[in-house]
Amino acid sequence: MAEAHAHDHAHDHHGPAKLSDGFGKWAMRWISTTNHKDLGTLYLVWAFAMFFVGGLMSLVIRGELFAPGLQFVDPEFFNQMTTMHALIMIFGGVMPAFTGLANWMVPMQIGCSDLALPRVNNWGFWILPFAFGLLLSTLFMDGGAPASGWTMYPPLVLQTGEAFPYLIFSIHLMGISSITGAINVVVTILNMRAPGMTLLKMPLFVWTWLITAYLLIAVMPVLAGAVTMLLTDRYFGTSFFNAAGGGDPVMFQHIFWFFGHPEVYILILPAFGIVSTIIPTFARKTLFGYASMVYATASIAFLSFIVWAHHMFTVGMPLAGELFFMFSTMLIAVPTGVKVFNWIATMWRGSMTFETPMLFALGFVFLFTIGGFSGLMLAIAPADFQYHDTYFVVAHFHYVLVPGAVFAILAAIYYWIPKWTGVMYNEKLGQFHFWWSAIWINVLFFPQHFLGLAGMPRRIPDYAVQFTDFNVISSIGAFAFFIGQFVFIYNMIQCMRGVGEPAPARPWEGAHGLEWTVPSPAPYHTFEKPPVVDDKEVAAHA
Amino acid sequence: MSMRNWLAAPLLWVVAFAAQAQEKSYAYWNMPKGVTEISRDVYGLHMLIFWVVVVIGVGVFAAFFYSIWAHRRSRNPKPATFHESTTVEIVWTVIPFLILIAMAIPATGTLIKIEDSSDAEMTVKVTGYQWMWGYEYVGEDVSFISRLDRASDRARQVGSGIDPRTVENYLLEVDNRLVIPTDTKVRFLLTSNDVIHSWWVPEFGMKRDAIPGFINEMWARVDEPGVYRGQCTELCGRDHGFMPVVVEAVPPAEFERWLAEQKGESGAAEAAPAAAGTEVAAAEAGTTTDAAVDAGNEAADEAAAAAPLDKAELMTAGEKAYKANCVACHQASGEGMPPAFPSLVGSSVVNGETAQYITQVLNGKNAMPPFGHLSDKEIAGVVTYTRNSWGNESGPVQPGDVAALRQ
Ligand code: HEC
Ligand SMILES: [Cu+2]
Ligand SMILES: [Cu+2]
Repeated sequence: MAEAHAHDHAHDHHGPAKLSDGFGKWAMRWISTTNHKDLGTLYLVWAFAMFFVGGLMSLVIRGELFAPGLQFVDPEFFNQMTTMHALIMIFGGVMPAFTGLANWMVPMQIGCSDLALPRVNNWGFWILPFAFGLLLSTLFMDGGAPASGWTMYPPLVLQTGEAFPYLIFSIHLMGISSITGAINVVVTILNMRAPGMTLLKMPLFVWTWLITAYLLIAVMPVLAGAVTMLLTDRYFGTSFFNAAGGGDPVMFQHIFWFFGHPEVYILILPAFGIVSTIIPTFARKTLFGYASMVYATASIAFLSFIVWAHHMFTVGMPLAGELFFMFSTMLIAVPTGVKVFNWIATMWRGSMTFETPMLFALGFVFLFTIGGFSGLMLAIAPADFQYHDTYFVVAHFHYVLVPGAVFAILAAIYYWIPKWTGVMYNEKLGQFHFWWSAIWINVLFFPQHFLGLAGMPRRIPDYAVQFTDFNVISSIGAFAFFIGQFVFIYNMIQCMRGVGEPAPARPWEGAHGLEWTVPSPAPYHTFEKPPVVDDKEVAAHA
Repeated sequence: MSMRNWLAAPLLWVVAFAAQAQEKSYAYWNMPKGVTEISRDVYGLHMLIFWVVVVIGVGVFAAFFYSIWAHRRSRNPKPATFHESTTVEIVWTVIPFLILIAMAIPATGTLIKIEDSSDAEMTVKVTGYQWMWGYEYVGEDVSFISRLDRASDRARQVGSGIDPRTVENYLLEVDNRLVIPTDTKVRFLLTSNDVIHSWWVPEFGMKRDAIPGFINEMWARVDEPGVYRGQCTELCGRDHGFMPVVVEAVPPAEFERWLAEQKGESGAAEAAPAAAGTEVAAAEAGTTTDAAVDAGNEAADEAAAAAPLDKAELMTAGEKAYKANCVACHQASGEGMPPAFPSLVGSSVVNGETAQYITQVLNGKNAMPPFGHLSDKEIAGVVTYTRNSWGNESGPVQPGDVAALRQ
């Protein structure tokens, strides 16, 4: 016993293996790690690797659409690119990035030493390379990668070549990974908060992640069920989605979107949490309505379960169904509006400075709201009959996902990287990164609204010549936006190498929360003894 | 350029753009008003919600940017401390709610109108195929297939060397337009023969999915004669981007004349889409499963074309090309859908003189499109495959034979 203790102690003293301890040791540390900080880093690095891969695919798409006529890809390959781009960005990029942030920050924000289930945590991450290995390997198969869109509607998806079972199993693996992550977050938050950290004192990032985790647990199995039915339809003679056998292809869409709509909130609720943390910090003013933010998040989560069919107004539902889904969808604008109003009220008469995290957070508020406005337009069912499946929809969801979710992820990384690495990022490069991204993202996506309204369908590799101008602008925006992201990667690599000004424990004067009470960089193990929760620190909103 | 010019340039550009947009005959950056009562209602709703959103946006963003300007630290070093106000929270919950109710009322009215396809004066059945549309005038014994016109089809091939700008109505023209009378409530019944498609004419203000095994409804009463163009809007596989919808609305008298002409024109015009729905879906199950196409390595095929190939290789290449290009009409069983798409089993063209057959594949014939864009190997393969499948036994054809027949 004593010996074991001594060993533990020695281990702590050395800290985790570094590359200088030998490659084998270093690699094993990352493969076998159960430390929430290590896993948070792995998740984030993974997410950005996937953003890169998915980004390259989007460049194939935008490159092809740079001019009318087929420039260099076959239409089938184009469809593979749109499908893979979406799957990789959603399941490989945005979701793991948020899980990475939860890994890093949830234990540090609620004052516990690690997630409740550290081994499950390790497993959850290391499933991802297998899931995406399977998925990406389909690019080299007979018949190519899946090309039926990330929505995988039958009967089209059943025409997929050899890639089909790989697609299904990779979705299963992604689902398992997300569910393990979600369960871990729920168990940790409910059981491991430091004494005195009551639910209504939790930081909003923790709150939004708690709700997100419940959404994940509720809907990932639904997706798994839907794709399993596809699998049995194809290989085992069932007819869930085959009219000839008494099934219904539209039923798939109902099941898929019962997963899919909560999924879009899975991709945005943690972003709300991040922005609600960053704006008060840099406005040096308490969040205007903490409780109403929590309630708004919860009501959005609830509503997300009863609006799914707004993605399928054109399938020919009964009038009553169309009316129900139109009204419920419009309702979501209310809690979403509450959030935006609260952010602005927080800024109001604050004393704002505009460091990079704040810029990205404000960029989020502005551009996400534009995405919300087009969402409100899409909710109007009769108008949706025109907008549906056009570039207007493409513009809408990219506004909420890129300057929405992705900007929030970037804001969070800039905000917490001093805590993670112990050095400040290069502020000049950060500011440049923001302005560059904010300009080109609009050049990229704003013209797509016009394209959709004028009648350009989505998911087409070639278009009528009247759509040329806006496509050219959009493609220019895409390439420029992509290139600018390397400034960020460089900035972050410098931080990870320890190059930069040393960061104090609390690098932002207006920041509150337990994470700022530990030194920067945060020691490998934090809060092994629960901290004393000082109300001035955590309940600044109360 | 001075700072002011930098700011002015994009503005001028936008103005120029807008002016240019005014001159276009087609929708350029906004939804078209369209030519039906429904489309005008929908346009009205679209503009209404747009302006609602703009007004809210101006208010919200004005506060946002004013705050950024006025409440920055250099101007306001001491932050206020206020927070939490139930009254304010209630106000900004209730006001949006009321605005939404105001929006929901006209939207509901339009929706009810759209869904009421009763009292239709005529019915057209629209069937989606990968990748074309079948139209059937219900009760009139007139039906035909409508697919991308040849000029667009040639120009759209990778490396065609044809500039799409030189093709009139590039990708928005078909060989056979759907003709309907103006001032008549026309009901469309939509279904599909394979995967889900979606039939959309922006000028009619509506799109609706064509789903295999199910029949969907929509309707239009067109006020103005003209040609209205749209596209399939539900991803339906490789050539989803290449199945336009073109509708020609003509005055009723002219329509009657046109219809009579069609009826006179031999029974051959009578076509396949008749049997769409469950039975067809049943017959189809599995046939299109491998239709995923690989047209990537045409160049490599071309290089290999010089040397004679063995039959097995031709058969493999041919089966692939057949599944990719021919099944939609001639079916995996080769039996086609007579009388529109003839059976290839025991066909005299298939089993007869090869030059005639190859020429027909290269150049097309009537409703059969040309396949000149396929490589010599693919065409030799598909000819060999059809000549040696389903009981046909007529020997192989070499890529060289195909090359010799290309002009
Ligand atoms: C768009 C539907 C369509 C597609 C796709 C199509 N065909 Fe045809 N095919 C037709 C029609 C229609 C005819 C009858 C033409 C006529 O004689 O008017 C036909 C006729 C034929 C015939 C003559 C049959 C006979 O006995 O008269 C052959 C052989 C044939 N097609 C082979 C092919 C091959 C090989 C392919 C694939 C490369 C192909 N077709 C693709 C529609 C199609
Ligand atoms: Cu949704
Ligand atoms: Cu389509």
